Amino acid sequence: MMLALEMYRSPAKFLAAKAMGSRIPSLLTGPAAPLRLVTINEPKADKDGWARIRPILSGICGSDLGMVTGHTKLYFSALVSLPFVPGHEIVGELLDDCEDLPKGTRVVMDSVLTCAARGVEPCDGCASGHTNLCDRITVGHVAPGLQTGFCSDTGGGWGNVMVAHRSQLYAVPDGLSDERAVLTEPLAGAVHTALRAKIEPGQSVLVSGAGAVGLFATLALRELTQAGRITVVAKHARQRELARAFGASDVVAPDEVFRGVRRATGAFRLKPEMNAKEFLLGGVDVAVDAVGSKESIDTVLRVTKAGGRVVLAGMPSTGADLSPVWFRELELTGTYASSRGEPNDRPAFETALEIAAKAPLDGIVGARYPLYRWREALDHAQSAGRLGTVKVAFDVRAS
Amino acid sequence: MSRPGFVLEVDDRTPPLLVHNGEGFKLERFPLGTRVIYPPESLPAVRDVEEAIQNALLNPLESEPLPELLYAGMRLTIAFDDISIPLPPMQKPDIRQRIIEAVLTMAADAGVDDVELISANALHRRLTPNELRDIVGERVFRSFYPDGKLYNFDAEDRDNLSHLGQTRHGEDVEISKRAAESDLLVYVNVNLVAMDGGHKSTSIGLASYKSLKHHHNSHTMIHSRSFMDHKASKMHESAWRMGEVLTQHVKVFQIETSLNNDIFGGPLQFLQKREWEWSIKDQASFLATKRALDIAPPKLRHKIFTETKSHYGLTGINAGKIEPVHDRTLEMVHRQHLVEVQGQSDVAIMGVPFVGPYNVNSVMNPILAACMGLGYYFNSYRGNPVVRKDGAVILYHPVDYEFSQLHHPSYVDFFEEVLSESTDPATIEAKFEKQYAEDPWYIHLYRTSNAYHGVHPFYMWYWISHALDHCGDIVWVGANRKTVERMGFRSASTLQDALEMVSHSVGRSPSITYLHNPPHLLADVR
Ligand SMILES: [Zn+2]
Ligand SMILES: [Zn+2]
Repeated sequence: MMLALEMYRSPAKFLAAKAMGSRIPSLLTGPAAPLRLVTINEPKADKDGWARIRPILSGICGSDLGMVTGHTKLYFSALVSLPFVPGHEIVGELLDDCEDLPKGTRVVMDSVLTCAARGVEPCDGCASGHTNLCDRITVGHVAPGLQTGFCSDTGGGWGNVMVAHRSQLYAVPDGLSDERAVLTEPLAGAVHTALRAKIEPGQSVLVSGAGAVGLFATLALRELTQAGRITVVAKHARQRELARAFGASDVVAPDEVFRGVRRATGAFRLKPEMNAKEFLLGGVDVAVDAVGSKESIDTVLRVTKAGGRVVLAGMPSTGADLSPVWFRELELTGTYASSRGEPNDRPAFETALEIAAKAPLDGIVGARYPLYRWREALDHAQSAGRLGTVKVAFDVRAS
Repeated sequence: MSRPGFVLEVDDRTPPLLVHNGEGFKLERFPLGTRVIYPPESLPAVRDVEEAIQNALLNPLESEPLPELLYAGMRLTIAFDDISIPLPPMQKPDIRQRIIEAVLTMAADAGVDDVELISANALHRRLTPNELRDIVGERVFRSFYPDGKLYNFDAEDRDNLSHLGQTRHGEDVEISKRAAESDLLVYVNVNLVAMDGGHKSTSIGLASYKSLKHHHNSHTMIHSRSFMDHKASKMHESAWRMGEVLTQHVKVFQIETSLNNDIFGGPLQFLQKREWEWSIKDQASFLATKRALDIAPPKLRHKIFTETKSHYGLTGINAGKIEPVHDRTLEMVHRQHLVEVQGQSDVAIMGVPFVGPYNVNSVMNPILAACMGLGYYFNSYRGNPVVRKDGAVILYHPVDYEFSQLHHPSYVDFFEEVLSESTDPATIEAKFEKQYAEDPWYIHLYRTSNAYHGVHPFYMWYWISHALDHCGDIVWVGANRKTVERMGFRSASTLQDALEMVSHSVGRSPSITYLHNPPHLLADVR
């Protein structure tokens, strides 16, 4: 038996039942709360290539918050199996030997549950190394679930024991602290985003949002591309500071994006009639949306130059105006998780581990909570930007 | 007969004194012993303006009379000062209109038919058709504007600029091609302050950024000791060198005028007088005006002030070769403005009024307010600044966060982007000036809308660099705390608080000078 936080109510039902509140505790202590702290059976590692892991630190990601608060799209309800233990950003210790990795190895995990983990023939995505595009995420000998942390069979990082497949695991180098290693999964996502953005040397980039996704994307863009000016949209003082430390050339406030980008790129600024939102003729070559809100997507579409590229790195909400995509012939692309075969011919996790070792990431895990203080933890994560925190994590061993 | 400038020492009988404070006034009680410098009273005006104009054109200095320079088949260009002077704008008819009409009459008599009129606005905003009409008058406007023969100078119209060469200091001289290729360039100037006129007219008014950047930069401006004395101003030295090159290529017939100090008439006439001389009527109109302004909504208050027109009197008109003409002009301007002041003081106090050269028919944004106080008034000295080195300057203006997107688009960005990074003129020049000067959007707005050139806020900031360098403390009374802090200054709610704030550098009983302008004065500090 083990202690774990369990998502037991369907997000769809929760979505229907929940009373919307801006603060998480009121949401989660109410009768409709979809999450509970329970003692349950440990997941089993009885198939080839599977092993048990004891999580050490486990991060709280925006998609976790979206799931818990019912903001996640119904689209994903077909891709999870209830009940499940959330948590897909982990650093942990192997409790069993796992093929070539001996028991006791510290590992991080690519949470996507691909054909290899499910024991089925590789789909086209997996075969070509684009493991994040796997088409078999609901079949095989593992319950449906796009990732560990959304699957009833695997357990997740918000519990004392979980299981993972060898194909998901990367050994953590000795010198790398747990606080840095737990950032590998989101950093791998950022590596994927930076490489998907296909930036030519000297091109200008806008990163909208300076939460973990936006900040790590900025870091990865500086590390892996020859981007010219990188402008980051940040709301809070600490975010502005970090954006600079991670390689931003300029930082602008959300209500100054048009002015900032116009200045940075020498674009022309046009204001349509009535209350329509303004837009630029000219603008950045590539924009990365790391927020997902309608406002943010509307903005990045309007400040990207004709023929430019817009990368959606945050889970997008509906209702954005796509006129600029049509009129400016924008290339619109999404980035989901990360893959083994990135454009630089390496698994994103390997690149991410290197970045985790050398980037200025001390203090990025700004708060650690034991599992039984999960309400405070989620509340803190929800207000992280305002509170000057980038990443909130569960200290699973202290639980 | 007019009275000279007047210096008064505040004693216990001195009434509260009027201080200009943006679109409003304050009555302030100054500490005992404060030295108050009043502008000299208006010089008498020339009685027959038409006759004075004829006389100047027919009896020029070191030049043939104008009619002898005009001949059929020639190219004649008339350039004139733009809307930035005089301040406030002049009641109609504008003196420029009268002169231009006289020049055009002589040209017509000589059979000249190739004439163009150019507003010498350099990097200032384009004037609207109505503003051009206000300067040149209805008749000239109708005859020239529809055919495109009366227009604003466009410093970004590459095809219509001429590079005339470099000065012996390697400064580029690049001006309006039409002016450069004319057989005669007539310049019509209005000298409200000693800074204007002379070689500044053509070498700056008709020049491009490429040319202007040689003197409109932080180094030159910080080393210009008194912009009102062209021999002590590095900026003027540069303009004079450029003038030498320019006049080797183009024949210039310079016409300069000087005005008296008769600025406020009608209900605002009390502003012309010294407070202890206010009659009952003056006191009543002050109170009525102040009360009306205090309760007027900002829009109306703004309208009241922008519609203020002054009926300056002409004190002199001279024409001919630039240097001798300008010498005569300066003599008149100095006679009108100079006030002899004995020694510097620890603190200088100045009220910043509602209008400066760059916000005519617009709003005075924080950068322009700073420039008006610390560029314009601070530099209104000859010899030495009124305030001693490392002394304090106390200014009055609300310094609201208010910008005209139409006239000053790059100012907003300058305020938000540049000043949040640094307020040091040399630093921002190195890091940002080029970007702003070459920004295609600002260039577009400068050329097609009514926007100041993108680089203009930098020039405003360079202009105050001498004050920033010289003064230990700069405090604004009654100003928006956030806007003045962004510019690196402090704000105080009252004069007493301001004096308290500067006491660590000037002591508890500093010597104080209050410069009571406008009307304009030029402190001749001995
Ligand atoms: Zn995640
Ligand atoms: Zn697959």
